[in-house]
Amino acid sequence: MALLYCHDTAIYIQTTIVFEVRERNKRDYFLSQGLKNKNLDCILLEQLVPKATLPVSVHPEVAGSVDMSQPLYWDRLDTPLPDRAYKEVLTAADKSLKQKEKGPWSQLSKEEKIALYRVTFRQTYAEMKQPSAEWKTVMGGVFFFLGFTGLVVWWQAAYVYPERPRTFTDEWKAKQLKRMLDMRINPIEGFSSKWDYEKGQWK
Amino acid sequence: MSLQKPMMRGLLAKRLRFHLPIAFGLSFLAAIAFKYTVTEPRKQAYADFYKQYDAVKEFNAMREAGVFESVRPSGE
Repeated sequence: MALLYCHDTAIYIQTTIVFEVRERNKRDYFLSQGLKNKNLDCILLEQLVPKATLPVSVHPEVAGSVDMSQPLYWDRLDTPLPDRAYKEVLTAADKSLKQKEKGPWSQLSKEEKIALYRVTFRQTYAEMKQPSAEWKTVMGGVFFFLGFTGLVVWWQAAYVYPERPRTFTDEWKAKQLKRMLDMRINPIEGFSSKWDYEKGQWK
Repeated sequence: MSLQKPMMRGLLAKRLRFHLPIAFGLSFLAAIAFKYTVTEPRKQAYADFYKQYDAVKEFNAMREAGVFESVRPSGE
């Protein structure tokens, strides 16, 4: 689930990344495209990114944003076959491997099979499942905010709560209890059944 | 390395064959246990209570305690 959360936020961040248009000729280019009235510092990257960019929906260490209209690749335990292969731009060696893959697979060596795997996938399941230390951050955050909430509640008790109603005093509660016994509340299995009326005490 | 073809069909049916009898059995057990630990003692408690119940005596006791508005305690 943590992976999914990161994935979603990463996507969200990547679609709103601002791209600093620094070079003047690029700015002039956009002006010529009729974008005069827009804030040029906040144009989505789509117009600048060439089509060959590979959107990989991982954390935005990669400079640039993701084209969300194209199929994406992601490493997820519950999605064994993502929408596209990991590597789309293949080297000559990869291409020759792909050709060899079209033949009988028993002729592939172990290294070639691994290389083919790595073309299609970024991480193996074993790598995906590797534990991280994120739980410590999570638990730390949970306890921190619990503690903060405790302080807030304490302050509320001191400055916000009104006076306690008079029905909470011991005297009132004793009178209330006596009245309940007089009314024979739940005399069969409940409250009054625990009171001995002859002796005037609890059973 | 040729692996054996895994089971492709009937997975839910297999699971149900195993778990449904257990589920029904446990549910019946729970119901029977509830009947004999809760409802039967409760019925007995009510029966015992009303065997020795004198409604008039109880009413007078409550009246003397002053909980009624329609009849005040006999002293007033």
